[in-house]
Amino acid sequence: MSSAGSVLDPKTSPAFPIAARVTLEDTQLRKNVRHATEVIQNKRARVVGEMPDWQQLRESGSQIRQHTMANLDYYLEEFERNCTKAGGQVHWARDGEEAKRIVTSLVKASGSSEVIKIKSMTTEEIHLNLTLEAAQVHTYETDLAELIIQLGQDQPSHIVVPALHKNRQQIREIFQREMNLPELGEKPQDLADAARSFLREKFLRVKTAVSGANFLIAESGGVCIVESEGNGRMCLTLPETLITIAGIDKVLPRFQDLEVMLQLVPRSATGERMNPYNSIWTGIHPGDGPRNFHVVLMDNARSEVLADQEGRQTLNCIRCGACQNACPVYRQTGGHAYGSVYAGPIGAILTPQLQQLHHAQTLPYASSLCGACYEVCPVKINIPEVLIHLRNKVVKQKGALTAEALAMKTAGAIFRSERRFRAAQRLGRFAETPLVRRDGSGEGWIGWLPGLLGGWTQVRDLREMPKETFREWWEKRGNHGR
Amino acid sequence: MAAEIGKVLNSSAARSEVLRRIRAANGGTAEGSQARQQWGEIQRDYRRSADLSRDQILDLLEDRLHDYDATVVRSKEAGIAATVAKLLAERERRKIVIPDGMNPAWLPEGFSFVVDTGLSSTELDTFEGVMTASTCAIALTGSILLQNVLGQGRRAISLIPDYHLCLVRVEDVFETVPEAFAHIDPSLTLPTTFFAGPSATADIEMTRIKGVHGPRFLDILLVE
Repeated sequence: MSSAGSVLDPKTSPAFPIAARVTLEDTQLRKNVRHATEVIQNKRARVVGEMPDWQQLRESGSQIRQHTMANLDYYLEEFERNCTKAGGQVHWARDGEEAKRIVTSLVKASGSSEVIKIKSMTTEEIHLNLTLEAAQVHTYETDLAELIIQLGQDQPSHIVVPALHKNRQQIREIFQREMNLPELGEKPQDLADAARSFLREKFLRVKTAVSGANFLIAESGGVCIVESEGNGRMCLTLPETLITIAGIDKVLPRFQDLEVMLQLVPRSATGERMNPYNSIWTGIHPGDGPRNFHVVLMDNARSEVLADQEGRQTLNCIRCGACQNACPVYRQTGGHAYGSVYAGPIGAILTPQLQQLHHAQTLPYASSLCGACYEVCPVKINIPEVLIHLRNKVVKQKGALTAEALAMKTAGAIFRSERRFRAAQRLGRFAETPLVRRDGSGEGWIGWLPGLLGGWTQVRDLREMPKETFREWWEKRGNHGR
Repeated sequence: MAAEIGKVLNSSAARSEVLRRIRAANGGTAEGSQARQQWGEIQRDYRRSADLSRDQILDLLEDRLHDYDATVVRSKEAGIAATVAKLLAERERRKIVIPDGMNPAWLPEGFSFVVDTGLSSTELDTFEGVMTASTCAIALTGSILLQNVLGQGRRAISLIPDYHLCLVRVEDVFETVPEAFAHIDPSLTLPTTFFAGPSATADIEMTRIKGVHGPRFLDILLVE
């Protein structure tokens, strides 16, 4: 896999069409991705279908998130106040670099040279592990999929099941090598058991944990994390110091709002009626859990997304990954082609916006605009609408002097005038002549077009232009009568 | 080093800047009373009360828990100790940690029940199981809620041992998620854990595997 060992950073990753060409040739990867996304989609459809009030939940979820974003400063301050009152310490970070400096200092201050980590897309977004390793802090990923990624020196390819591009044989090879277990079987149960014994000693020993957050609750200053394996509970409960890093978009106004989110997330994300474990804690509780608790609230360009009236709905995302499983593009290319830890439809709108569109300019085009993502989104983010909005911005950003912009301008001028349009049709019929090849039944086909137009003929033939347009035929018919 | 930490950890400049950016994006500072009023206007047309009868709700919970591979037995209050003895014997578990506040009448003879008095994680790892009561349960999702109160204890005890025997009173079983949230809303700042079955993962080829880090074996005793 081309991305193995390197970091999924939009600043350095190749453009989507180039990266996708590589992943499309990896038939094993495509098979694994197809299998996993099909299984989740079917499970999701079943458990969503049994909820008579699913659309009402989606509507409430959407309204809660919109309301939160409209009052984000108020709810963040309320969260900070309540979390602090409950014994937590709240830190603010303008960007990823600042967040990493804060976390590194907190880990150092905790006196530990190791941390256990709960799967967190926010820490993946800023590549926290690299920074901690550079500061001589060893990180242990404790989510099974993240462990597979870490031990395999790989990169996450999905928001919820980041190792879905690996099958059991590939996982066994990684575990055999990295855990020194040559006899390890390949049944999923064997692999899970290996992870259990590999990590248990770390859970009992390591004194500092780093987590993300699914939700911050402004009303109470509490934090909620949902998970399956119990690794999250271990990290939240056993260490002396817990450092939670959360995007500023993760806040919810009140505890009651969780009753909506905790119904939407599990069914959308993994097709389960409820996550095996949900943890909710508020600051420090003497005798139960860590003695030191820190929350790092990170902006990292989220406030810029908020400033864009059409793009801001992207921040409503609750990271369920349903759009990835539903996307016909993601299901072919897998996640790595997106060059960002946020892949699929949500990645195609989130990544460019977090990068001020300077990187990842091709991502808004990594979609057929079929709308499947919008349909499954539990908080009704209109992803196709944002994609088109971003395409518009990309075109503007590139300026009026690119070949594409000039071609579009010319086409516009031609379409505006009947005389020019007819002239262009005549010119086209004349100009295509050297490119047309006849098939066995005498039909003309074009297999190669020059320049920008070549994108079309790369993967399909174009039929030659008809000898006569409909208008010409109609006019001829009128002149000569029946 | 200490000076450096002090410098980095004073994030008041970052705080003002982040809040300034948000306010600029939203066209002003959000106002508390207005936010609260708008919150109250959020449409909530989803189900918030039970449709099923008491018996149907209990059957639904049992069905969901079976789905997750948990064992469910029912018992009257008076029969708890005998049922506990039977379950523990079948599981071949003798050394059981319990939280403070468990009713002694629930604990059968012939087993070693040890009250958690702040045992270390390593000590907890030597137990063969844990027995707790619960705050409430949600039938629709097969979830059981634990909070840090008498009879349920701190989070680590129901996490580290490999087997969990959990008592759920039938009157604490709700049909829907919102009913359970209304029930725990007054105690929302207590450490709270929802669990739905034994720990699990689907990270390998989306196959649900029972048992990773949390308890791999789960028995539920429904107290009628």
